Amino acid sequence: MAGLELLSDQGYRVDGRRAGELRKIQARMGVFAQADGSAYIEQGNTKALAVVYGPHEIRGSRARALPDRALVNCQYSSATFSTGERKRRPHGDRKSCEMGLQLRQTFEAAILTQLHPRSQIDIYVQADGGTYAACVNAATLAVLDAGIPMRDFVCACSAGFVDGTALADLSHVEEAAGGPQLALALLPASGQIALLEMDARLHEDHLERVLEAAAQAARDVHTLLDRVVRQHVREASILLGD
Amino acid sequence: MLKSKTFLKKTRAGGVMKIVREHYLRDDIGCGAPGCAACGGAHEGPALEPQPQDPASSVCPQPHYLLPDTNVLLHQIDVLEDPAIRNVIVLQTVLQEVRNRSAPVYKRIRDVTNNQEKHFYTFTNEHHRETYVEQEQGENANDRNDRAIRVAAKWYNEHLKKMSADNQLQVIFITNDRRNKEKAIEEGIPAFTCEEYVKSLTANPELIDRLACLSEEGNEIESGKIIFSEHLPLSKLQQGIKSGTYLQGTFRASRENYLEATVWIHGDNEENKEIILQGLKHLNRAVHEDIVAVELLPKSQWVAPSSVVLHDEGQNEEDVEKEEERERMLKTAVSEKMLKPTGRVVGIIKRNWRPYCGMLSKSDIKESRRHLFTPADKRIPRIRIETRQASTLEGRRIIVAIDGWPRNSRYPNGHFVRNLGDVGEKETETEVLLLEHDVPHQPFSQAVLSFLPKMPWSITEKDMKNREDLRHLCICSVDPPGCTDIDDALHCRELENGNLEVGVHIADVSHFIRPGNALDQESARRGTTVYLCEKRIDMVPELLSSNLCSLQCDVDRLAFSCIWEMNHNAEILKTKFTKSVINSKASLTYAEAQLRIDSANMNDDITTSLRGLNKLAKILKKRRIEKGALTLSSPEVRFHMDSETHDPIDLQTKELRETNSMVEEFMLLANISVAKKIHEEFSEHALLRKHPAPPPSNYEILVKAARSRNLEIKTDTAKSLAESLDQAESPTFPYLNTLLRILATRCMMQAVYFCSGMDNDFHHYGLASPIYTHFTSPIRRYADVIVHRLLAVAIGADCTYPELTDKHKLADICKNLNFRHKMAQYAQRASVAFHTQLFFKSKGIVSEEAYILFVRKNAIVVLIPKYGLEGTVFFEEKDKPNPQLIYDDEIPSLKIEDTVFHVFDKVKVKIMLDSSNLQHQKIRMSLVEPQIPGISIPTDTSNMDLNGPKKKKMKLGK
Repeated sequence: MAGLELLSDQGYRVDGRRAGELRKIQARMGVFAQADGSAYIEQGNTKALAVVYGPHEIRGSRARALPDRALVNCQYSSATFSTGERKRRPHGDRKSCEMGLQLRQTFEAAILTQLHPRSQIDIYVQADGGTYAACVNAATLAVLDAGIPMRDFVCACSAGFVDGTALADLSHVEEAAGGPQLALALLPASGQIALLEMDARLHEDHLERVLEAAAQAARDVHTLLDRVVRQHVREASILLGD
Repeated sequence: MLKSKTFLKKTRAGGVMKIVREHYLRDDIGCGAPGCAACGGAHEGPALEPQPQDPASSVCPQPHYLLPDTNVLLHQIDVLEDPAIRNVIVLQTVLQEVRNRSAPVYKRIRDVTNNQEKHFYTFTNEHHRETYVEQEQGENANDRNDRAIRVAAKWYNEHLKKMSADNQLQVIFITNDRRNKEKAIEEGIPAFTCEEYVKSLTANPELIDRLACLSEEGNEIESGKIIFSEHLPLSKLQQGIKSGTYLQGTFRASRENYLEATVWIHGDNEENKEIILQGLKHLNRAVHEDIVAVELLPKSQWVAPSSVVLHDEGQNEEDVEKEEERERMLKTAVSEKMLKPTGRVVGIIKRNWRPYCGMLSKSDIKESRRHLFTPADKRIPRIRIETRQASTLEGRRIIVAIDGWPRNSRYPNGHFVRNLGDVGEKETETEVLLLEHDVPHQPFSQAVLSFLPKMPWSITEKDMKNREDLRHLCICSVDPPGCTDIDDALHCRELENGNLEVGVHIADVSHFIRPGNALDQESARRGTTVYLCEKRIDMVPELLSSNLCSLQCDVDRLAFSCIWEMNHNAEILKTKFTKSVINSKASLTYAEAQLRIDSANMNDDITTSLRGLNKLAKILKKRRIEKGALTLSSPEVRFHMDSETHDPIDLQTKELRETNSMVEEFMLLANISVAKKIHEEFSEHALLRKHPAPPPSNYEILVKAARSRNLEIKTDTAKSLAESLDQAESPTFPYLNTLLRILATRCMMQAVYFCSGMDNDFHHYGLASPIYTHFTSPIRRYADVIVHRLLAVAIGADCTYPELTDKHKLADICKNLNFRHKMAQYAQRASVAFHTQLFFKSKGIVSEEAYILFVRKNAIVVLIPKYGLEGTVFFEEKDKPNPQLIYDDEIPSLKIEDTVFHVFDKVKVKIMLDSSNLQHQKIRMSLVEPQIPGISIPTDTSNMDLNGPKKKKMKLGK
């Protein structure tokens, strides 16, 4: 049997999307009452749940406190049933540590941490078949839900490169095919990049195109998230009886 | 924003893995019919015609589109490729199935789809909201696909009706599956079998012949008698191979005997490497090159390879008994020692059928529509085809494809594909030899041509990036006369510090052929330009090969330059590689360049440059030969063509001038320098060329032959071989040295391309270089294009791409290139052979002097220096009493009656054309001198029996 054809001659991908189209996104904010902020997002088959605690006083060792800004603490874990094979992964394995670190970098860039010196913000993300992009988007909503001041939304999206065409928002099949994959977290209003990560080889000549595809997809994500936030705020205000 | 619905497709593989995939359905997929308001032209690329008028069909008079199912596409691709068939809708479901089942057909259908004139449209039905179907419980994948196709056909018909009320446009569903057709008609879809439809095309009756006959319904009532035993299913074969009861191997039919074949067993086991199959029933319908499973017979049934020549002449089906008689004949008189492992075919693992060239042997019955087809390749069995145009096809070369081989049929069934033309016509024969050697020679497709630069072309600012301007240099090219694809140019000038700057400038083909596009894929597939006697099959389109890439004089051309700084001793002090722009000052032929160097009163820039190059080249050559490079020889000839008829009128051996070796020397130097550079930069994936040292046993024949002339040839190293060849001179026999060199060439191995990461022996034996590659002819060799890309990346002048640094991909490319080069060589030889035949046809019977090259048991192989022609003189004939032959392997010599023949003896032979077999005309040679009564032919006989049963073979320049 021939390998999977990732992009057909007619320009359709395996799941029927065109090169620049996102997977279906559904999001909700405020899913947990006890947390300061929480959000749930579905991007295609990827489902991510984010909760935010804080800003609150530093817990544990006081030495970690930063005098001029807040400490952002991120934790990532994936559910045992979320991947192809059902396997219990220990806490703090390489993959989730790396993901936690990346999330921290992203949100340190986005959250106005100087407003809360000597305090701590905890972001816990749980994802089904987790990808970085879904986690960031979920966490953004959760942070917004918690009312923590941010510079802007952080919108993330991945992009790949097949047969000279940049594909936005890779699905699992496309990721597994082994092409280069790029993850981008963007502050859409300013166009600033909060995090850019790629661990495959891609020639710099193509980078710009892939980057543009990812950025465009991230802006599309922003439109969607923005709609979700406004919807949420509207609902909340109705509940408050204003 | 698109409307999308998420479907989950769940499949289980390996029990544990659960695959969940999203499947988006869309409503923005166009139907492909222009003027459809509902779709609003939501489709790009090739589309259908709005109101297709032809082909006129009697079963469906309205304008219509065709919608074939998978099996029709797979089996009747020959019909679909015909220009008469247009406006076909190819469903995504069908295309995917084809893709999984047959890569060649998939490629062909993609080529057809890309052809604007064919109006093929691919409809992405699996993602269309209204045509998507889900697999139902208890329904297998095949049934689901069939249903999906029917749903799409139905949708199309309803959709087209919506276009306008009076629309007559219909979509006709073509399927060969009877059940599927019935279901379709029930659902109100106009459906026909492929046969019904093609037969209804009143304007194109010739299409019927191209139908593949799949006698699924048994409409062909054969003699009913089952001849062959059944093939086992693949699962049983695999089991058997695993357990060792069966052996898997490649089936190779014998050229001489149609009842015999050998199977080369795959794998490394030493014993039973080669298994003999004898008799029709044991061959069991296997065709040459098929991969088969064989079962070994018990030792008591083992046979020895027969030495009988047997050709299938029978016309009748019923003579199976006769065959058995013949088979018995094979088995007579064999000694125990000669017995070889013998087996029988139990099943076919993979068919390797391709379309075959050949001729029709018309049936004896006048009205019969069934005829036998005799392929040009004797290893392929005759094929039964059905045609109404037998009388027009008689005496022509045609192509036929095999469709199947039922158990009750003596011959495989096939269908007619194409008529190539009259036998003996130059174009036809050229086409045949190209096809038989698998040389891709179709005109370049539109898709390929679309990647050519737009004319008028000029060098832009962007092109100049990373490029050095060398237009001021006095560069010239030296090539054979009439050369239009100039891929190299040279210059040499003195620097201020007294050193010399020498530059080799190679056409920058990789600038025009970008990795991965259709142009690149096509040239990678072709691999090499094939030069036939009167024709050139280009690897890249002509615009590039003879214009933009060709380094013609007085125009600006892009080049890849390799520039050395050398001292007057030809020692390299500095090497530089750069992409450049050059302006060649002169395109010279070898003769012109030689004239300039030799004439004392020419002192212009070009001439001084040439003289400098020549001087350095001599030093380089001397040094190379000291290192042990071989100078070999092969009898190369050139035909002088008649300018109007293009018939060969004379032959001439190629002349070698100093300038030939001058150019060659610098090309070698450039290749070696580049090889070092790319290997340094990409130690794992450099494309290099190696020439392995031949095993000592190869040289035996050369050493023995030389010894018979009291000369000693040392073969322990390349250097000693070169030296002893130089010393092997005989004052009375000046041609001896050339003969020895020709023999030495025959002892050599084939040079091959390889990927540096996959091998550790890089040595080039013939050139005595530790590393070598091909860099200097990118217009006519694809290997050079890859090397250019590697070098460009190494110097940072171009960007890389993933395939370039993948050693497995590179190894695949090398494999294809080696195959193509071998095939191109064979095709060239076949072309020379054909022209030699034409030449002797016009020349009549001639007697010429010849030298014996090899002595065989019953024949001598002679070389005629005047024509560079090699042929075999046989001494045994079927209907004549055999002369007394004594063969001595040690000397080697052959004693016939009282005359002894040694290697290198001078003889006189008569050459004539034997056209007793129209399909295989050949040159025949017979001995004239020395005279042996009863064997040699008197010099002045003219009433020769040309249709004698003697089988003569001709071989040319091996």
